[in-house]
Formats: sequence, C-alpha cells, structure tokens
Amino acid sequence: MAITLKRKNPVDLIFSSITGLASVTVIIFIIGIVYVLMSESSLAIEKFGILKFLSSTEWNPVKEDFGALTNIYGTVLTTFLSLLFAIPVAIGIAIFVTEIAPDFLKGPIGIAIELLAAIPSIIYGMWGLFTLSPIMSNHIEPFLKKVTAGIPLVNILFQGTPMGIDILTASVILSIMIIPFTASISRDSFNLTPSVVKESAYAIGATQWEVVKNVVLPYSKLGVFGGIVLSLGRALGETMAVAFVLGNNHRITTSLLDAAATITVTLANEFAEADNDVYLSSLFYLALVLFVMSFITLAIAKFFLLKAERKYSR
Amino acid sequence: MTIVQKRKIEGTIALTFSTLAAFLGLFWLVFILGDVLVHGMKALNLNLFINDPAPAGVEGGGLRNAFVGQLLITLFATVIGVPVGVLGGTFLAEYARGRMIARMISILADIMVSVPSIVIGTFIYAALVRPVGHFNGWAGSIALAIIMVPVVLRTTEDMLSLVPWTLREAAFALGAPYYKVITQIVYRGAATGILTGILLSIARVAGETAPLLFTSFNNSFYSVNMNQPISSLTVTIFQYAMGPYDSWHEQAWAAAFVITIFILILTITGRLIIKWRYR
Repeated sequence: MAITLKRKNPVDLIFSSITGLASVTVIIFIIGIVYVLMSESSLAIEKFGILKFLSSTEWNPVKEDFGALTNIYGTVLTTFLSLLFAIPVAIGIAIFVTEIAPDFLKGPIGIAIELLAAIPSIIYGMWGLFTLSPIMSNHIEPFLKKVTAGIPLVNILFQGTPMGIDILTASVILSIMIIPFTASISRDSFNLTPSVVKESAYAIGATQWEVVKNVVLPYSKLGVFGGIVLSLGRALGETMAVAFVLGNNHRITTSLLDAAATITVTLANEFAEADNDVYLSSLFYLALVLFVMSFITLAIAKFFLLKAERKYSR
Repeated sequence: MTIVQKRKIEGTIALTFSTLAAFLGLFWLVFILGDVLVHGMKALNLNLFINDPAPAGVEGGGLRNAFVGQLLITLFATVIGVPVGVLGGTFLAEYARGRMIARMISILADIMVSVPSIVIGTFIYAALVRPVGHFNGWAGSIALAIIMVPVVLRTTEDMLSLVPWTLREAAFALGAPYYKVITQIVYRGAATGILTGILLSIARVAGETAPLLFTSFNNSFYSVNMNQPISSLTVTIFQYAMGPYDSWHEQAWAAAFVITIFILILTITGRLIIKWRYR
C-alpha cells in the first residue's frame, strides 16, 4: 500500500508540505516544551543541581531554598494509593461488562463508565471539596482511625485529626477519575480473547471465574498492564481534582490524614504569585520534572499497548 | 465440601465482587452527576447569564463575563487547533502512510494527549505571557489548542485509514492528483468521523482549568479583549469554590452545572454518532 506517486502537480506539492508541517507541530511542541522549561529553570538548576534538588525537602520561598522531594513524595503517594483503589474496581468492571452482564446492559454500563472519564477534573475537585471531604472527615476517617487504633504500624497511617483535606481524600477522588481509563482498556483487551480459547476451557469443565482467571486475564495481561500504566501517567499529572482537597503542605508525612503537596498542586497554587526569579525558576524546574516523569511513564504505557496490539493482531 | 463445590463458591464470590465493582463505578457517576445537578439547579437563574459579578462578598451578580470568556477562549482554541490537527492527521494517513515518520509522530501524539495540561500552561506562560508582560486570552486559547491538536490529529488519522484504499485508486485512475483525491473523496468518506473527533476534542478542552490558570488568568469585569486577561468558567469555579462566600459557592455550582451539561451533551453526541456510523 506504499505510495510512490510522482507528484508533478504543484498544488499537490504545496498541500503535502502544509499537511507535513501540521503534523510536525507535535514534535515541535514536545521539543519546545523541553527547551523552554529547561531554559526557564536554568537558574534553579545552577543553584540547586539535579540530585540535590530532587532529594531536598526544603521548600522555603523566604530563604529562597527549594527542593522537589516533598512534591514528588506527594505525587507518587497519591498516585500509588489511587491506583491501589482503582485497579481492582476497574478490572472488576471490565470483567462484569465482558463476561457477566446481559447484552442489553453491556452498552449502557460501558457508556456510563466512559462518561465518568468525560467529567472535567475541576468538577471532581469541587465535588470533592464540598461533598466528599465532609463525608470523609465525619464518617470514614474516624471509622478508619477507630478500626486501626490497636494495630501497630497501620495506625501510623491514620494519625492526626481527620480534616477531610488530606492525602486519603485526594487519592479517593483521583482513583474515581482513573477508573474509566483502566476499565475501558481492560475491557477492550478482554474482548480480544478469542472465543475458541474460552470455549475450550468451558468444554473441559472450567467455571466462568476460572475462565476469566486462567484464560482471559493471562491472554490480555499486556493490554491490561498498558492500561494501568496509562492511568498512572494520567494520575501523575492530574491537577484540579487534587488541588481542592490536598491542602498545600510541603512536608513529608506518614499519616494519610495529613495535608500534602503534589507537583501539580504546588504549580497551581504558587505559580501565579511567585515573586522572585529563583522561586519562579524552581517552579519551572518542578514542571520539567513532572513532564519528564509523565512522558517516560506514558511512553512505557504506549510500548506495552503497542506490543499487545501486535500480539492480538497476529 | 467437595472440590467442585469449592470451585463453584469461589467463582460465585469472585463474580459477585466484579458485579459490585461495576455498581460502584455507576454509584460514583450518579453520586457526582446528581450532586452537580441538585446544587446547580438550585443556583441556576437568568441573572447568572446576563449580569457581571457583584463586588466580592456582595450578594447577587452573575457570571456573564465568564460565559463569554469561556466561549471566546474555546472558540479560538478550536479555530487554531482543528485545522492543524486535521491537516496533520491527513499527512500521517495519506502522504506518509506506512512510513517511519508517521508511526513516530502518531506515537508522540498519543503521549501528548495524556501529558499533564498544567505543564502546557507553564510552557505557554514562558512563551506567550512573560514576553508580553501580562496574562492574555490568546495565551489561553493557544494552550488549549496545543492540547487539542494531538487529539484531533489521532482521530483524523484513524478515520482516514478507515476509508478503503480502493476508493482512492478509483479516483487516481481518473487522473486526479492526490490533493484532489484527499479533499474530494477521502475527506467526504471520513467526514462524520472527523467531525466526531472534533466534537470530542472540544469536550476535552472545554473543561480544562490548569492550562488557563497562568495564561488567560481571570478577570472580574466583562471583557472581550483577547489581548488582556479574560475570565473563564473553569478558573472562576476554582476561584469561587475556594473562596469564603456562600454566594460564590452557589455560583460555582451553577457554573459547574452548565459546563458539565455542555460537555456531557458533546460527549454523548459524539459517542452516538460513532455508534450509528461505525457499527
């Protein structure tokens, strides 16, 4: 199907150049983002270096001393917790939609889950602040505190006053946001399992769950894994959903009931009011760190999804 | 208990959990949407659309500035982003079909779709806000356009690839140059799909807040000047919801209601078109 037409027509040459230029903008954006962020953060890179910036827990605009570790900690912790909450639910949804649901329910539930993905993140954030946060602080968090009170190590996670503006609430909201991504990719991967393979498992007497567990899941694990990493990349960069309910607290805390800061929340809260060059430069540096983190994660996700695609199309 | 019974019980438990998971997903959807609807309906009135904000803390006033600003920012983002995306997708699916460069750009565009939007905000701040010296509406539109381009580009590429190659050959055989084949045959065949992609990309950027925070910023006065800071619904929601006044919270809910309905309608329309056209 390769095209080796001779383009004698001058209009064609112009049109192909315009379209070519338009598609190259994607590359230009990426190079532009990296270049601009690097040059803007050069002041902070010079002052704090790379390893020192990444490992320092300082975030002190007054003394002009900045480090990224508290932000990275918040980002990684909320992302990890949200994946922990979201993955079982998302895979459960995918199993329900592909294997259990009667045909007339498959479509509507699939659309409903996709609508969850269409709701803008600011709505999640606002709902989290006004609705979920009071529920968390009045009911769920005191309950968790009570249950875990006697258990050593686990009770460290629930120390402090339940305020509702904390890591736990932010992670719950984030998990609701990423459920649809994981669920829809898992569903698509499950659907690609050849029915002949499933039928042969049924034929030797496997139960429906055994078919899912031993045939469908192993067959589609590449795609599911790709979907999970994609959600991870999304969660890393999510801003508005967590900005409302995380507080903006530059400390490393062990309790999930404490406020924290992620890279995105710090940027959203402090970027417009950074009043000196080092401060602003450090914020650009944070943005660069976030861009690199999410770009690598998304590239890994894409790698697995492509590999899965190649495997299924064979 | 026999082994068979044990397997059956295990299966029932696992499938029950899956079903519960599906209902948990539905529960969140109903919970969030219901909450937005209930609060939003209560706060919704005509004044919201025809009045500008009252001074902070004073009751009354509306969000006319934010509605108009949001419309302008989204409109210009669409005008800038859609042509670039559609043309870029055309190159990948037509002129560069099957080549390395097409594969590479396609993969990079997929990654760009999920890159944190706040990073794009900081990028545009450095490129278009600081040199000018103040926040401006154009910067907001361009930030949104950058988010739009990869989305439109990828859907266009996919939709053009669905048009059968033989259709192009038929046109080539009549002596048509490639650009004519593309604009008159291929685009026509893929029009619905491309349009759907555009709808979904508008739905995607209409709810974006993070890239507008330090580009178009906010403006508590009515303004249609894209060279100055301009208000948007999403940034207003952020400011009002975090603010101390109950009247602000109510207006934030109303704005959230309007924007959610708008986006859901776009999304559902897009999905229905895909279902109806590409069954």
